[in-house]
Amino acid sequence: MTRLPTAIFLGFALLPAAAAFGTETYLLDLFMRVMIFSIAALGLDLLVGYGALVSFGHAAFIGIGAYAVAILASHGINEALISLPVALIAATAFAYLTGTICLRTRGVYFIMITLAFGQMAFFLASSLAPYGGDDGLTMHARSTLFGLSPFKNERLFYYIVLACLIGCYCLCRSLVVSRFGRVFRGARENATRMATLGFDIYRYQLAAYAISGALGGLAGFLLANATDFVSPAYMSWQRSGELIIMIILGGLGTLHGAIIGTLAYSLLGEYLSGLTENWKMIFGPLLVLVVLLARGGLLGLAGQVAAWWRKQHAEPQP
Amino acid sequence: MTAPVLQLEGLNKNFGGLAVTRNVNFEVAAGELHAVIGPNGAGKTTLINQISGLVAPDSGRVLFASRDVTALSVPERAALGLARSFQITSILPGFSAIENVALAVQARIGTSFRFFGCAAAESALNAPALAALDEVGLTKRADALAGHLSHGEKRALELAIALAMQPKLLLLDEPMAGAGRDESRRLIAVLSRLKGRFPILLVEHDMTAVFALADRISVLLYGQILTSGTPDAVRADPQVVAAYLGEEME
Amino acid sequence: MSMSLLIVQILNGLQLGVLLFLIAAGLTLVFGVMNFINLAHGVQYMLGAYLAVMFYGMTGSSLLALVFALLAALAFGLFLEFVVFRHLYERDHLDQVIATFGIILFLNQAVKYIWGAAPLSLPIPEYFSGSIVLLPGLTYPIWRLVIIASGLAIALLLYVLVSRTRLGMLVRAGANNAPMVSALGVDIRRLFMIVFGFGTMLAGFAGIMIAPILSVEPGMGDTILILAFVVIVIGGIGSIRGAFIAALLIGLADTLGRSFSVDILRLVMAPSPARTVGPAIASMLIYLMMALVLYFRPTGLFPPKGR
Repeated sequence: MTRLPTAIFLGFALLPAAAAFGTETYLLDLFMRVMIFSIAALGLDLLVGYGALVSFGHAAFIGIGAYAVAILASHGINEALISLPVALIAATAFAYLTGTICLRTRGVYFIMITLAFGQMAFFLASSLAPYGGDDGLTMHARSTLFGLSPFKNERLFYYIVLACLIGCYCLCRSLVVSRFGRVFRGARENATRMATLGFDIYRYQLAAYAISGALGGLAGFLLANATDFVSPAYMSWQRSGELIIMIILGGLGTLHGAIIGTLAYSLLGEYLSGLTENWKMIFGPLLVLVVLLARGGLLGLAGQVAAWWRKQHAEPQP
Repeated sequence: MTAPVLQLEGLNKNFGGLAVTRNVNFEVAAGELHAVIGPNGAGKTTLINQISGLVAPDSGRVLFASRDVTALSVPERAALGLARSFQITSILPGFSAIENVALAVQARIGTSFRFFGCAAAESALNAPALAALDEVGLTKRADALAGHLSHGEKRALELAIALAMQPKLLLLDEPMAGAGRDESRRLIAVLSRLKGRFPILLVEHDMTAVFALADRISVLLYGQILTSGTPDAVRADPQVVAAYLGEEME
Repeated sequence: MSMSLLIVQILNGLQLGVLLFLIAAGLTLVFGVMNFINLAHGVQYMLGAYLAVMFYGMTGSSLLALVFALLAALAFGLFLEFVVFRHLYERDHLDQVIATFGIILFLNQAVKYIWGAAPLSLPIPEYFSGSIVLLPGLTYPIWRLVIIASGLAIALLLYVLVSRTRLGMLVRAGANNAPMVSALGVDIRRLFMIVFGFGTMLAGFAGIMIAPILSVEPGMGDTILILAFVVIVIGGIGSIRGAFIAALLIGLADTLGRSFSVDILRLVMAPSPARTVGPAIASMLIYLMMALVLYFRPTGLFPPKGR
């Protein structure tokens, strides 16, 4: 169970070495972005995969984290010791406050109300005229840490992102098997039973929602530094949709599936867009096929193929 | 004499004009096993739901350990020591049997806002859970997924969950429902061992079980308590015989 | 904040409201009866507009363009239902979201591929062009009145269909309890197909009607789709009546909010912050309304019974 995640992280860690032979900055940039979105996807998988809470406004958390950094930077505050906590607190507070309302609803209504809050964040950012409005806001300087500039060195930045990803992965792993995680997972299995045991599941779901928001905020902090730019487009509902697709593509409720899904989604998009300008005409139908044919995402598919393979090779023996 | 564990005072509930609970008053005394019987549709499950808090009464009060809990939520009542089982099995199918019970232990002891450490490895949770499983005869199936248990095993698991809460009152909604003859006999044996350890309010169709176990019996008919008394008294009550027992007691 | 401006904006709000209703009606029926979240409903609206432009270019007649575009939109909707959607009814909402999202990606790009990325336009039919004088000093474009009138007419037609016919009875029953309806021996597949086709056609109709006053461009269905979802969630999923009331509410609130938020805020704050805060509040207003409604009524204003 731990082999696959280890292999993934090792792959990420070794990539800069391999990239040295080719177009380094392009690959570093691409994989760094994959890792950043993986952090947000981990938070989303926590909600969707373990709590059956389909949050359709998850991009807002990323956007809020990103805007917090960029707005502080536009006022000349670049120190990460200030901007990172602000980004985390802003995203967590937004998640907590909207969560108190969203979690009163169930099922489709939950999907739709999280979407509504995502849209609110989107429009709020669009109307922030002093900070660029629709056009977004360019960051003229990346964050500093203790006055140093680790985010300016692409490789160092890459490894900082990797460390964040591994940290978040371990955090989520620990969370889902902890006492807290057990209650949270139980709420998805049978809410009435959990209530009659004495658990007020609303509180646990709210805490998970806020934690998920914090992961989004961290991703936002890193994304703003990676792209030197923030824009309302970071919070569009299509972005939220993409995040959901990523975690489904990899396989829900596995955590490393979220990373695999993000990787697959980004690389496939990158590859197809290199082939043709109209790559979405291929990509769209692919998504439909994945839903119709590959239940459990890529991990599920891999499991099925492995089972089939074992069966094929087991039969000839007497 | 100690105060009753549970008192219902003038409980009323209507579902769209249909009175399913009509001015119900009764008590469960400390240490007794009190059974509620009545034909289908008499309002037994609705009554249990009002006690555990899943359904709010239109009027009347629910007193638990002399405290008015009418306005409390389901988890708040559970935290006070009110445990229940469901007529239709209500477990966490994707959790193992021991995890189902360990959650009940976890609800009782310590905090659940603990984000680190593997809950499944905590012996503080597992030991009491195993003990509860042992009492209902499920020790061997501890690691099986609850969803994969047989029907009778699920009924037993539900009992174990309730036990692990170490309740001040145990509400059992037809624990024998759907169980086969052998399973029923085993469950009756379990219940008779539990009897006296906690007060129990038992709603049950199986008359053999009720008359074998109950200290007192209340008969519910059209949402009203027809009579309450010892099994012998109820058996002899001509009203009860006429209304309900007549055909089933042959 | 003159009186005539207020009247104009109320009419504009009504026009947006009926447009939203046309889209939301199909969405809420499909959801209510089949328990199916169709994100691709918005692209049907876009497709309606594009088809109208295309058929107008081919025939030069607004009426023929309307008829052909409606039929083509219906045919395409049924094609999608047959090829993709009917395999998704039994799946969970997450799968439905992803698959229909994939269809959005495909169609938005396909439209760009076929008709180009530049916005297209459709002329207003000649007999409805120009404006009429509603009050002295107050003129209003006829076409917008036509949109309002046709939207209200369709709402009435839907009301009669749903409340008076056998088909409508099945739809209402289906929204309350779909397994029950299929247990009654009704061919649920056919019912689904009729409802789906009908919803598709309404969305296409909305696109056709709006094409003359809006630029026809790829992605035009995405924004309106989200608004339509807000409408059906506020109205209560599965309820036509709820969709109608919520659509008008949203149409009016959004339009009036955008027109008057700055003026209203200036009553309580200085002009310059009002100019900044006003548009922000206006663009978030309907989402705020949705949050408020769901806070007090977690299943919308008119939830169908039995859910």
